[in-house]
Amino acid sequence: MSPAEFLQWLKTPGLNHFLILSALLFSLGIYAILSRRNAIMVLMGIELILNAANINFIAFSRYSTGTLDGQIVAIFVIILAAAEVAIALAIVLNIYQTFNTVNVDEINQLKD
Amino acid sequence: MGRQVLENLSNFWPETVLTITVCVAIVANLIFRKNAKLISYISLAGVLTAGFLVTRQIGMSQSVFSGMAAVDPFAVFFKLLIATTSVVIILFSMYSAEVQATFKRAGEYYSLLAALTLGMFLMAGATNLLMMVLAMELTSLSSYILAGYTKEAPDSSEASLKYIIYGALSSGLMLYGISIIFGLTGATDVYGVNRALVSGQTSYIALLVASILIIAGFGYKISAVPFHFWTPDVYEGAPVTITAFLSVASKAAGFAMMIRFFFMTLTVGAPLSDGTWLALQGFEWNKILAILSVLTMTLGNLVAVWQNNLKRLLAYSSIAHAGYMLMGVVVLSDKGLAAVLIYFVVYLFMNLGAFYVVMLVANKTGSEDIDSYKGMGYRSPLIGVAMVIFFISLTGLPPTAGFIGKLFLFVALLDAKWIWLAVVGAINSVVSLYYYVRVLRNMFLRDPEGDAGLIRFSPGQVIILLVLLIPTLLFGIYYAPIVEFANASVLMFRIQ
Repeated sequence: MSPAEFLQWLKTPGLNHFLILSALLFSLGIYAILSRRNAIMVLMGIELILNAANINFIAFSRYSTGTLDGQIVAIFVIILAAAEVAIALAIVLNIYQTFNTVNVDEINQLKD
Repeated sequence: MGRQVLENLSNFWPETVLTITVCVAIVANLIFRKNAKLISYISLAGVLTAGFLVTRQIGMSQSVFSGMAAVDPFAVFFKLLIATTSVVIILFSMYSAEVQATFKRAGEYYSLLAALTLGMFLMAGATNLLMMVLAMELTSLSSYILAGYTKEAPDSSEASLKYIIYGALSSGLMLYGISIIFGLTGATDVYGVNRALVSGQTSYIALLVASILIIAGFGYKISAVPFHFWTPDVYEGAPVTITAFLSVASKAAGFAMMIRFFFMTLTVGAPLSDGTWLALQGFEWNKILAILSVLTMTLGNLVAVWQNNLKRLLAYSSIAHAGYMLMGVVVLSDKGLAAVLIYFVVYLFMNLGAFYVVMLVANKTGSEDIDSYKGMGYRSPLIGVAMVIFFISLTGLPPTAGFIGKLFLFVALLDAKWIWLAVVGAINSVVSLYYYVRVLRNMFLRDPEGDAGLIRFSPGQVIILLVLLIPTLLFGIYYAPIVEFANASVLMFRIQ
């Protein structure tokens, strides 16, 4: 693909563009979870994964199925992510009060 | 439309009652701040009512709320199992020193237990991918909080943090897998997905990737290797009552949802007349599950050998048991499914019993170390005998119920010619004997260190112990009713 063709491809977004975007977001989320040691950053990685799934749902709903199912799922997932993060932050706050750190590597009293 | 919703609601009574219980428990806690007993009775009554209402659904087979959930024998079986566990756990909680120490927050505890039960009920019946995700999240969110319920204890906080990170990650992976399935088939209900997969040419690679991502979600719920990392930490750190609940009910709900997902979407229609199912053409997902099963039971049993904390040991043992039960799913037959259901009934009594003993001893000695069990057989003969029976049953030796559970699993495996898997399972059972007996040796063949006085229990505590102990023995000899009920319960609702 020549640069001009590539630009043309970028200008006409279709299903593939969104799928590539969501795959990138998904990979970044996994990367954040594996590489970050701060509990908050790990949680943000998880949010990225959820949003990657959302993009998939909406793109499929728009380009391939033609029904609203995917968009409804996405709305539910957004609510779900909010609920999950509310609880996660409460737990992280509690961890900070107990351990004085939110580094997931230092919180390791329970071990084999 | 309105009439249809009302009609569907009449099949949704157990879930409705549980929802009401959640609300009532919270409000009651606001009004009667100092009366933790009352709130525990309210939640007990709620769960008992829900369980009773489930028994009235026996024999029904229909879809409710336009394909969102199914009320069928399979769901009813698991709902009964979950309700029973929930009742037993509420009774445990009344006698647990850990939970009683935080009686000011009793409303939170019992309403979350009811919410957890509700989430598992929905998991057992969910037939829509969105419903599955939501039910699983309801279960998970409640259990994250409950795992960290004794939040002053560092162990408990750490357990809940590890739980939520692993849990949120695997549900994220599962959701991504579901989004790919949705893209491949254009449907969110399991029947539509199945229709599209059977009729159309779907990309094999995409389906494989999606299935593996979805297995990550299920694998986390049933704590299958390699998605088991949270299990030992959470089981050790969480209050014993919650650990016991997670190890039985959460696993049961995860299995129910997993079996329904795989058998409803990735098979070729209804089972054959001899009760065997056919996997989707060219996509033998049961081989993936067979590998998971072998890994799960082998790792669970081998690592359990090195444990010194009894709760952690039971965590690895519960991982191993998930491996045994996966064998029943692998064989792809009604017989295998029935064996899984039988195993779950047996597992409920023996595993809850083992955790109950751990709780009783921890109440008195404040320790869950295997070393603190030295001489326990003489300090409290009742505890000693009960533990012997529960552990022999967990190993799977006759004449206990555990033997019956394993027997039916192995028969189903041999019938379907999965001989190598049966051999691996049998070898694993032998390994498990070693670490169970290690605890029993401490109880009977070692002298107590330090405090060697007799331990006494209240009549209520003894009754609960007997309620778990007697079925563990009885079902080893008289198992016909469970087998019959399990055989009748493999029926899953499907659109013709």
